[in-house]
Amino acid sequence: MSTADIDSIHPLELDQPRFSVKNPAVRYDKQGELPDVQRVELAMRAFVKDFGAVAATYLESCIHCGMCADACHFYVATEDPKYTPIWKLEPFKQAYKREAGPFAAIYRVLNLKKKVTVEQLEAWQELIYDSCTMCGRCTLVCPMGIDIASLVGLARHGMNQAGLVPHELWAVAERAQREGSPLGATPKVFKDRCEWLADDNQVDIPVDKVQADVVATMSSIEIMKYPDSIVATAKILNHLGLNWTFRSDGYEATNFGMLSGNSAWQQEASMKLIHATIAAGAKLLILPECGHAYGAIRWQGANIYGKPLPFRVLHISEFLAENTQNGAIKTKPLDKTLTFHDPCQISRRGGAIEAPREVLNGLGVVPIEMKDTRGLNWCCGGGGGVVTIHRADPIRYKAFQIKMRQVDDTGAELLVSSCSNCRQTFDDGQDHFHWDKTMLSLLELVADNLEEK
Amino acid sequence: MDLLQFARGPALTWAATVFVFGITWRLVGILLLQRSPDFSEARNATSWLGAIKLIVTRSWPRREFRQRTLFAQSVGYIFHIGLVIIVFGFAPHILFFKALTGLVWPNLPSAVINLTSAITLAALIVVLVRRLSHPVLRLLSNFDDYFSWLVTFAPVATGMLTVAHFGARYETLLAIHILSVALLLVWFPFGKLMHSALVFISRGTTGALFERKGASI
Repeated sequence: MSTADIDSIHPLELDQPRFSVKNPAVRYDKQGELPDVQRVELAMRAFVKDFGAVAATYLESCIHCGMCADACHFYVATEDPKYTPIWKLEPFKQAYKREAGPFAAIYRVLNLKKKVTVEQLEAWQELIYDSCTMCGRCTLVCPMGIDIASLVGLARHGMNQAGLVPHELWAVAERAQREGSPLGATPKVFKDRCEWLADDNQVDIPVDKVQADVVATMSSIEIMKYPDSIVATAKILNHLGLNWTFRSDGYEATNFGMLSGNSAWQQEASMKLIHATIAAGAKLLILPECGHAYGAIRWQGANIYGKPLPFRVLHISEFLAENTQNGAIKTKPLDKTLTFHDPCQISRRGGAIEAPREVLNGLGVVPIEMKDTRGLNWCCGGGGGVVTIHRADPIRYKAFQIKMRQVDDTGAELLVSSCSNCRQTFDDGQDHFHWDKTMLSLLELVADNLEEK
Repeated sequence: MDLLQFARGPALTWAATVFVFGITWRLVGILLLQRSPDFSEARNATSWLGAIKLIVTRSWPRREFRQRTLFAQSVGYIFHIGLVIIVFGFAPHILFFKALTGLVWPNLPSAVINLTSAITLAALIVVLVRRLSHPVLRLLSNFDDYFSWLVTFAPVATGMLTVAHFGARYETLLAIHILSVALLLVWFPFGKLMHSALVFISRGTTGALFERKGASI
């Protein structure tokens, strides 16, 4: 968009008297050239498709108590009521009551719930995408037990169908679908990287072995920004003497189709990993340090496949914990104090809460827990695709300050996590606030401290 | 047919019919919807334990949220407990239930009921003031929130007036009280008052799904 376009869409009113300057118009992005009526229709069709028993139970149950606001980092950081988690679902709720609920006919005939409009969907784009990481902390405070985060995930399906996704998020999702990776880590780039990393680090990094017992995967953030994670994965798997491989037809575990709300792209990305693992005849698929990748395959993968997966799925922290506990991985003790940031999708929503702590125990460290920790940990603010949306930066930085306070309060020397998206958000926050804490990778920490056999 | 006969007869009967049919319709409408099978490998096989756990534990705030939610939850508890004491502890109400079901239990002294009613009304007023003044609640609130408040407040208020014989003839006051209860019964299936049943379904659903994954509940 050129400057001239921006000026015509959001005209400046500098010549007007100060008191007449209006609030800036709500800014939203659109994909495609669909007429508004069709956008709404597509959104409604997707919404209604998602109204199964679980979503309906949740949408019927809200008592408008507002407690979810108190658990949300975006509300707590701003005290702006529009960031109340359940309010982010208002058009979704409205569509449910009017189109699908048990009393939908009454709502429609008497027009007690109005039709959702394109203006509503446009205004809610910021609430459904920019200001929700789907971290699920609100789910833990809701007195009705409503899983608001899962509903936001469903609401994104309708927004995607309507072509109303924040453009940066849509663009990376589209690139991932087209090239196989959102950040340009195409199969060729990945293979090249593995090759030079193997040379540089004198480590064997097998790619495309015909048969392997274990298939390892990476996130595009690791491949492009933190390639040491590839080396660390290889070092550990080689150390264990496993028959393992990366596969160029299924190496990228991030799933921006899921984050942007495009079910078809989500399915395609997941099926690549599933088919690659089956093709290798592997019994184990290791997911990388990436939060949403864990949810996408560990909990949704089999449902996309349509039957139980013929292999185990472990997050790298679970894999490390298993092999630390059985004595296969031995590490040198780490003589530092340390705190651990729980990635929401792996800990709170994924259930792998103790695994990283068991790994740290193996390193001779008992982490100094943050005040709200494990399942109740505060999100870094960058999950759910939020970190890709540039216009969300100001609110993300506000939310990140909660995290900084949490970390600083521990007084720990090191800060560790097991999600590269969190790591990227922390790196960005560190730069922005000139903070003295650098986020470390649990995987790399283990690899750097492996004891030679 | 005078007002009291109307209230005790057709009004209450029709209200009870709407109440039962409406609740059944709404619950069946939700529970019969499609449930997708979950093929993922469960971390915990006994997901029903999670349902029970969440139904029980979500009844009080976690330490992490206590500071921010304690006031709202306390006031909520006060009027909910108050309503239970009034509905099931007041002698005339017990006689009503006896006529309906044959079951009978000891009543509480009138003084306790009166005090409870006053506290319940005060708590309900606090709830309303908070809903009108708290930015989050004001934004979220719709007709259902305010009307549900009204149909909850009215039976307690009219009940107190009836017991006190205040403002009109006893029979008229009693008729108004019964009509206010009828209004509550008619509204019950359509609005948020259904949370008294949905709370178990909603909590149980999340509890079971999350326990299966080992996620935090």
